[in-house]
Amino acid sequence: MSTPAIERAVDERTYAAYSRPLLWRLVMTREFAMIVVLGLVFVYANGNVPNFDGPLTLYYLFLDTAPIMLIALPMTMVIITGEIDLSVASIMGLTSVTLGILHQDFGLSIPVAAVLTLLVGVLCGGFNGFLVAYVGLPSLAVTIGTLALFRGLAVGLLGTEAITDFPQRWTDLAKERLVPESSYPVILIPIGVLIVVFALLLHFSRFGRGVYEIGLNDQAARFSGVNVEATKFWLFVMSGAVSAFAGVYYTMRYGSARGDNAEFYELQVIAAVLLGGVSIFGGRGALHGVIAGVLLIGVISSALRLDNVSSNVTNIVIGVLLILSVISTSFLSWASGLRSRRARRAEAKASIRMKSGRTGAGNGSLDQ
Amino acid sequence: MKIQKQRFAALASLVLVAGLALTACGDDDDDGGGGGGGDSSAITFLPKNLGNPYFDASTTGGERAAEEFGGSIEEVGPDQATPDSQVSFINTAAQQGVGALVVSANDPTAICDALNEARDAGVKVITFDSDTDPECRDLFVNQADAEGIAKTQVEMIAEQIGGSGEIAILSAAANATNQNAWIELMEAELEANYPDIELVDTVYGDDDDQKSFDQTAALLSEHPNLKGIVSPTTVGIAAAARYLSDSEYKGKVALTGLGTPNQMREYIENGTVTEFALWNPEDLGYLAAFTANALAEGDIEGEEGDTFEAGDLGEYTVGADGVVLLGDPFVFNADNIDDFDF
Repeated sequence: MSTPAIERAVDERTYAAYSRPLLWRLVMTREFAMIVVLGLVFVYANGNVPNFDGPLTLYYLFLDTAPIMLIALPMTMVIITGEIDLSVASIMGLTSVTLGILHQDFGLSIPVAAVLTLLVGVLCGGFNGFLVAYVGLPSLAVTIGTLALFRGLAVGLLGTEAITDFPQRWTDLAKERLVPESSYPVILIPIGVLIVVFALLLHFSRFGRGVYEIGLNDQAARFSGVNVEATKFWLFVMSGAVSAFAGVYYTMRYGSARGDNAEFYELQVIAAVLLGGVSIFGGRGALHGVIAGVLLIGVISSALRLDNVSSNVTNIVIGVLLILSVISTSFLSWASGLRSRRARRAEAKASIRMKSGRTGAGNGSLDQ
Repeated sequence: MKIQKQRFAALASLVLVAGLALTACGDDDDDGGGGGGGDSSAITFLPKNLGNPYFDASTTGGERAAEEFGGSIEEVGPDQATPDSQVSFINTAAQQGVGALVVSANDPTAICDALNEARDAGVKVITFDSDTDPECRDLFVNQADAEGIAKTQVEMIAEQIGGSGEIAILSAAANATNQNAWIELMEAELEANYPDIELVDTVYGDDDDQKSFDQTAALLSEHPNLKGIVSPTTVGIAAAARYLSDSEYKGKVALTGLGTPNQMREYIENGTVTEFALWNPEDLGYLAAFTANALAEGDIEGEEGDTFEAGDLGEYTVGADGVVLLGDPFVFNADNIDDFDF
């Protein structure tokens, strides 16, 4: 008697692919909320903060946030797997020093030195990745260690001096505008390319599915065929490589290779990623939210600086915002949980009513 | 596959919206361009970092100056003394179109381009305390020059030992550029004007507290007739004072040189040291603010030989390489040390 019912269940899905329509799913998310907040803050600042609507604001905003934006891309994927990479800023410092030494002491041209520098970044990331993925150490401990290690190497290699004799051509390129007088620097091109690459990788590829699955449950991911070790390893390598690129950009933008370059940037990157709606526990988050998070922090600091608010206050504002955003996530998931529980209860009641109706009918038929 | 396409379409539409938004911002920019409320009497002070007593004093001096010439001073700065954190504040000053930016550079080169961008935007750039490369700023307000430092130190020690006797120098490292230049000038000054004073020894404490302490002990045992020690380094003078204050030589062997009030307060109070020199950061900030105002108001161009008034410090002249010199070092003693906290 029960066989036909099972067959029916196999043939056709009795539930929808998604519980909500596409537009709803796009709009009612943390990511979209962050984009809306970004828009509101921008419009508010434009109207109320003196000089914010000036021609230099966006230009400096992009230059300042570029390294954070770059590193936030791989960091998003690392955090979605439930891991973390705290060594990114130290890799920036180390690669900045490497670039300086290769250029000054070994006389290499900037492009050659930059390529070797990227290799250093890949090695640094590979070292992190090996320890986390294959040795199985917790990434928090590993990358706190390499945070100190890479920074120590950077300062040790160069001491307290700075290398500053970089060719004008390359230091200018870091600040070049796409079109003269426009607000968009050329660094937006590599950023744009990397955003597309990372978006395809995270949201439209098998590798990306694996990233989410590892974050949700790495045992389940393993059983469903995800190569957990390789995925984590390559994520750390990407993080190292992109940090190295950010280090090269940073060195060229400030025209100065120093051991203490980009100190504490890792906290800004992680703050931006979390603000963008990525869960620190892994498994949740999307790239457009993170991009909005990076820009939001940039716009807020820029607006507050223009208002002559001290940097301590800026830190307080960003800290409070971060906490609010984390609370709002919990609140939203609680609220949506409430909704779906209510919906499920209503559904259950309806089906009971239906079943009892059907049973009644059955009885009736038996009676006949 | 169908799902993927749908998601892709959704994402693509988001990107489009974002693109539109960005373009809109771009238009805003073009309209707003040049409309910035530049205020030529506004001066921004950008120290190496905030919460540093030395720079608190210089900003106080700047504010006092602004009250006198009727301008306004805004102090901004990073928490950490790193060059990149200074750059964003320099950029902000350029966006605000302030009249002048008074900055103590964390790195002579790293903030250069940012300063030049600010100058392109019409901001006058004055460095103080710590200079940048000369082509990145309009003027540098220098706290002290080598001649003044050497002369003041010789005057102080000569007065304290009564114009005759043996003295020694406790320096920093043997190859320290600044200290060696000062020592050379001090030797010349002694030879020319103080024939009765004999410089018997120069020792090097490497700006290390313990080594300077040991070198002081060695000096005193090797030269029993020593009447005075000059230490032209803040680490050296503090270590020597610590040794003297606990020894039989306290009050008998004079000690002077370059020190900071907070390090030396104890030894001034217990009589080990009667005077020492450094510059006065408040005067430095005061002069920097007047210099900034003179440039921003167009009273001076910043050329060598330009002169301007700096309140109760008097008249100043722009020297070679766009340097304005504060003057001879400031002498700290028991009467004035409590006015300073840095």
